[in-house]
Amino acid sequence: MKMIPVETTINGDQTEFLCNADESLLDVLRDRLGLTGAKEGCGTGDCGACSVMLNGRVVCSCLVLGVETQGAEVETIEGMADGETLHPLQRVFIEEAALQCGICTPGILIAAKSLLAKNPDPTDTEVRYWLAGNLCRCTGYDKIIKAVQKAAAEMRAA
Amino acid sequence: MRYVKPESYEAASALLAAEDGIARILTGGTDVLVMLKAEMVEPDLMVDLKHLPGMHDIAAEDGGFRIGAAVSSAELGEHAALKAMWPGVVEGAELIGSTQVQNRATIVGNLCTASPAADSVPGLVTANAVARLHGPHGTRDVPVVEIPVSPGKTMLAKGEFITSIYLPARPVGASDAYLRFIPRTEMDIAVSSAAVSLELDAGGTITAARVAIGAVAPTVRLVADAGAAIVGTKLDDDAIAALIAATEAACSPITDKRGTIEFRTKTAGVLAKRAAHIAYSRAGGKT
Repeated sequence: MKMIPVETTINGDQTEFLCNADESLLDVLRDRLGLTGAKEGCGTGDCGACSVMLNGRVVCSCLVLGVETQGAEVETIEGMADGETLHPLQRVFIEEAALQCGICTPGILIAAKSLLAKNPDPTDTEVRYWLAGNLCRCTGYDKIIKAVQKAAAEMRAA
Repeated sequence: MRYVKPESYEAASALLAAEDGIARILTGGTDVLVMLKAEMVEPDLMVDLKHLPGMHDIAAEDGGFRIGAAVSSAELGEHAALKAMWPGVVEGAELIGSTQVQNRATIVGNLCTASPAADSVPGLVTANAVARLHGPHGTRDVPVVEIPVSPGKTMLAKGEFITSIYLPARPVGASDAYLRFIPRTEMDIAVSSAAVSLELDAGGTITAARVAIGAVAPTVRLVADAGAAIVGTKLDDDAIAALIAATEAACSPITDKRGTIEFRTKTAGVLAKRAAHIAYSRAGGKT
């Protein structure tokens, strides 16, 4: 199959890659660019473990073709921390033990960050609905919701 | 699989018409890429249309709105004027999948997947929405209700695709609502669903009504008798009983893992009743 050249911006960096027409953005990130933060859970858009930002919106990267990102801006979990300084959501998730195995965590952090950008002071219900497409099989969600709220309060005060 | 971004609508329809193998159209990708992954379909040609002019626009037109085929559910929900005029259409679109899916999924894709359980379609049907098709022989307008013909099949001809959906203007004192039954609160496929669109006179009497049901027949179904049952009323008990009876009579569902024939039929009637009350209240009626 003929490989297609794609130019895109990932976490602020100009990036070029070659991929097949039917290759998902998730596979491109993980297998071609070494960005393994986004995970494949279901591969069909149900679990949210592969969540990334595409042109400012949170999407499942398993439901985006790599070739679709020509000229697009992609943000992944690898771009969330500022150098060695974790994003407040990342730090609070660790402090509050809002994760166990960690497979769902990159996707939840990306989705939660996009919620707080749109709505800095969400209700618990709003957080739960926003994150309905991010499945976690370990924590039971309570700690996740609490961590998002704690980070949100911190970010509002900053 | 070849991936192509044609330069124009004309080039897109020529490309689709000339393809001997399996062709698919990509806008939101939330159905087609799942089918690809599951190997339910192995297209030879994938035509990406979302860069073409008008595809991302929600434009005011003759008092209503024209919605481009690549407008996402999330973008519909963020459009205050559209949501105020057609809240039932928008709430259907906003029930499709998760936040992530709503950021990509489109009502045109939902319509063309032609699932009987498509959440955005009953609202479009009660809204009298019209799809604009582009094909090798030019453009034509087709009512949304006529697009799906059976599960997974549409009436679109080879080389044709939908470029936009038109939601017409509506008078003051009109509104709509959509409800579905699912066993959880989010991220599921409708077991049954109903949309109701109403127009009221100044006294709160219903002057026009359209009712559509989903997941209870091979396609989303417009139930003319159910609409007629509440015209001339203020949703009194007799009118509601007639609405439910007409709705149930129009159901011809299957029994599967999501629900039985009896359950789907019963809940479709209940959802039509509740959606009618919500639409009535949104239109300014008081019961």
